Amino acid sequence: MQLEYIGLQKINGPLVVLEGVKRAHYEEVVEITMDNHEKRMGRIIELIGDTAVIEVFKGTAGISLKNTTTKLTGHSLEIALSKEILGRIFDGRARPIDGLGSVYPEAKWDINGSIINPIGREYPRHYIQTGISVIDGLISLIKGQKLPIFSAEGLAHHALAVQIVHQAKLAKQEGTHFAVVFAAMGVTHDVAAYFRNSFEKSGILDRMVMFLNTANDPVVERIVTPRYALTTAEYLAFEHDMQVLVILTDMTSYAEALREISSSKGEIPSKKGFPGYLYSDLASIYERSGMLKQKKGSVTQIPILTMPNDDITHPIPDLTGYITEGQIVLDKKLHQKGIYPPINIRPSLSRLMKDGIGEGFTREDHPDVANQLFVSYADVQQIQALAEVIGEDALSETAKSYMAFGKAFEQELVMQHEDENRTLMETLDIAWKLLRLLPREELDRIDKLLLDKYYIAHKGETQNE
Amino acid sequence: MNSVQEVSKAYIYSINGPVIHVKGSSDFHMNEMVFVGKEKLLGEVVSIDYDTTIVQVYEVTTGLMVGEPVIATGKNLSVYLGPGIMGKVFDGIQRPLDYMEQKSGTFITRGLNMEALNPDKKWDVHMTVKEGDSLHGGNVIATVQETALIIHKVMVPPGVFGEVIEVVQDGSYKIHQTIVKIRDKKDTILPLKLVQQWPVRLPRPYNNRQMVTRPLVTGQRIIDTFFPIAKGGTAAIPGGFGTGKTMIHHQLAKWSDSDIIVYIGCGERGNEITEVLEEFSKLIDPKLGSSLMDRTVIIANTSNMPVASREASIYTGIAIAEYYRDMGYHVALMADSTSCWAEALREISGRLEEMPAEEGFPAYLPSRLAQFYERAGYVTNLNDTEGSISIIGAVSPQGGDFSEPVTQNTKRFIRCFWVLERELAYSRHYPAIDWLGSYSEYSEVLRKWYGEQIDKRFYEYRTAFITLLQQESKLMEMVKLIGEEVLADEQKLILQIAKVIRIGFLQQDAYHKRDTYMPITKQYKMMEVIYYLYEKAQKLIAKNIPISVLLKSLIFKEMLSIKYIVGSGREGIFEELHKKIDDFYDELYKAYEDME
Repeated sequence: MQLEYIGLQKINGPLVVLEGVKRAHYEEVVEITMDNHEKRMGRIIELIGDTAVIEVFKGTAGISLKNTTTKLTGHSLEIALSKEILGRIFDGRARPIDGLGSVYPEAKWDINGSIINPIGREYPRHYIQTGISVIDGLISLIKGQKLPIFSAEGLAHHALAVQIVHQAKLAKQEGTHFAVVFAAMGVTHDVAAYFRNSFEKSGILDRMVMFLNTANDPVVERIVTPRYALTTAEYLAFEHDMQVLVILTDMTSYAEALREISSSKGEIPSKKGFPGYLYSDLASIYERSGMLKQKKGSVTQIPILTMPNDDITHPIPDLTGYITEGQIVLDKKLHQKGIYPPINIRPSLSRLMKDGIGEGFTREDHPDVANQLFVSYADVQQIQALAEVIGEDALSETAKSYMAFGKAFEQELVMQHEDENRTLMETLDIAWKLLRLLPREELDRIDKLLLDKYYIAHKGETQNE
Repeated sequence: MNSVQEVSKAYIYSINGPVIHVKGSSDFHMNEMVFVGKEKLLGEVVSIDYDTTIVQVYEVTTGLMVGEPVIATGKNLSVYLGPGIMGKVFDGIQRPLDYMEQKSGTFITRGLNMEALNPDKKWDVHMTVKEGDSLHGGNVIATVQETALIIHKVMVPPGVFGEVIEVVQDGSYKIHQTIVKIRDKKDTILPLKLVQQWPVRLPRPYNNRQMVTRPLVTGQRIIDTFFPIAKGGTAAIPGGFGTGKTMIHHQLAKWSDSDIIVYIGCGERGNEITEVLEEFSKLIDPKLGSSLMDRTVIIANTSNMPVASREASIYTGIAIAEYYRDMGYHVALMADSTSCWAEALREISGRLEEMPAEEGFPAYLPSRLAQFYERAGYVTNLNDTEGSISIIGAVSPQGGDFSEPVTQNTKRFIRCFWVLERELAYSRHYPAIDWLGSYSEYSEVLRKWYGEQIDKRFYEYRTAFITLLQQESKLMEMVKLIGEEVLADEQKLILQIAKVIRIGFLQQDAYHKRDTYMPITKQYKMMEVIYYLYEKAQKLIAKNIPISVLLKSLIFKEMLSIKYIVGSGREGIFEELHKKIDDFYDELYKAYEDME
């Protein structure tokens, strides 16, 4: 017989305090029943003697000190899982919202996951083709990587995420099952609908699992949404050998929810009011990706965050950058020039790229070409600054060729259509076309033999492998 | 850990993340190791009040209940020191991650209290003492070939004295077997084993500290030439994300001329640890013909592992480093990143509800940083051998802002500051060490070594190079305002040479087989030949030959890729370059002389 506790001692924001609790576990789930028989779930986030601090997932509206009874459930937060979960849509707390009833569980997993032993990891080196030139060529995505998109309000990060999901393709496709887990935290209904429609249209909904916590859903649920999503991803990857791509949007809303709860708890804030454990908390999400030696599946993460005030040094992008394996940074200036995807390559980076491209992975010239494009595009910025002072006409011939290169780089390599799917070979051919705008002796990052082979050849004559 | 003293009156009173409050007993001492709850999670006492003891727990506390027992162990958080450390990967509290994987699979489960070193492995032990020898702390009693590279010296623990009354024969022994018995002044008989324990937060003693006189040779040009670090010195690498901190650490771990590498991945990415392991196992040291892992130990506490264990990882690492220093080895310790460690301090401090100082960090942040960095040094050990620990700590300043507390406080206790500049990283200039903002306080101390071991002109060139780069920076500001055309030819030449220094010399390609490491003698010759070009070109300009004519020669372009030319290792390459410069000079000189 389970004990029920009548009434509460304190209510503050999303938190309630219950006294006289016996045999409660830290982070245990509780069920709160109100007088009108409405049930709300909560989680114990602090235990002091016989006092429990509980966060209530649906919020505390309507709860008074007297109208509730609380019951301990004896377990931490779990999710019911089976392969049938593919194609389903849930709310932020993993309750079905597609009208198809609940999932018949083959397994129940704790949503906090377990820590992967670094020894058990396999170092990721399999290249994923996204069909987006600037990503494939310069910020290559690797299977098992966590590569966030740093965006800002009003930029096309949603379209970009949808395009990546549509087009993502492993270089070695045989015998692999692809699945997508999508978690929305604090996004508007419009955005949620946009994603749902886009995926529906392209017919990949049956390979997807969606968790939607919209902007007016309770903040406490927002904290657990990514954890439900990642547990699902781990289940599909490590129980069913699937290659899982996880999209988490918007991590900024997630971090803000964390801040809200932290301040209700009266915790000492650090930078910009975020709790001191923001780094560890974000790590507990981002680190749930990768490949394992013992398993065939993989979890690749593309978290999306909007940089408050376009500021990359804001704690959310900043701490994210220290944990993730690179970042794709979107830029307002490129967006204003009408360039889609507005990816600024200068602050962008893929840390795992170096081991997943080049001979044996993509094409022999890929690393050098990428390197050269980064360097030359950086030079373009300097020359542009100079041109603004002395005028474009006063530039040297070489400098003028850089100006032409810079323009073509943005227009031809970066810019592409939302449903344009380029192969890597096409991307590299465009890259060579651009590099030919520069004098050969300026290309000091490319091996001489590769220059002989590719610089001279004209388009159409390059050797495609 | 086996002889656990049952003080079961103590029980959990409250739980908040990794911090628990214990009531029912006050028989704990500060920094004591305790077992928490039924699953026996490892914890450490961090505060004692008359009725409440606060414990930080090194494992995830989900599922703990109020009222569960807390058991004291009587011991401080300690490391096991003995053969079997090299080549291993431990977590922040020295649990062997490879063994844990065999035992519990890919995911780390809780309450796995296993011994750091394999108790069943037999080691070939060669005894170096005999009956009647009088011993004190630090004396070597036996040697063990730990890996192909490392001879492990089994030492008398510090603070132990006595006369040998029994010695085993050479042979194979497990770490817990007694190999020597000694009798001390009070007639107590002490057994000595291959393994000893040491409390991590206490520095291991030595006889005396020496002045640093030798550089830690890294083979990285900008470090060895511009901002050298001494053996026994300290350095910090501050830089925002993506600026290449980890890369520099890897390079130093791979190439620096230290005997032992202690690599602490503190709050790092899981995949990075996997990469280090994979890469270091594959890399064969050409001089020694053995894998780099044979001289490396990794302390891996990834960012998602419990925060308290992250806090401990730094101490676990440095205690191991000191142990190998005591054997007479030169140890380099890499801590990546100390900011994550400081954040762990902040997080725990917040949970303890301590009064925060700057930006939420506890007021004891500077003293903790000092305690850590001060454990570096070049010392004479208790057994009169010489050993050193050099510490290279990465700092990840929040928002890339160097005025934040961790960077500022670190700066007070280190002597090399290698600033990573975001702009350089954006234009893929690696290593992205800023030559204007970085410094090394060791450069004066090491002047003598460079003069004697490399060349007496080494520092002349070094100073000339730094000056040229400073001039370049000033000139570039002018160029940005009014364009390059207004500069005098001499100034334009400075820009050209500075470019050669930046791209040809300071940039170094870690992924390039032949450029990833360069001996100091070659670094010197490179400086010499670049400077030779500068002098010759200066002379030509003094002859009123326009710079545009000079630049028509391919020599400047060629010098931009000098690192690859030199890296090819061709015999007589420097003579060839000198000759090319001479030809360039003679040709132009003659052409203009004829015109006159």
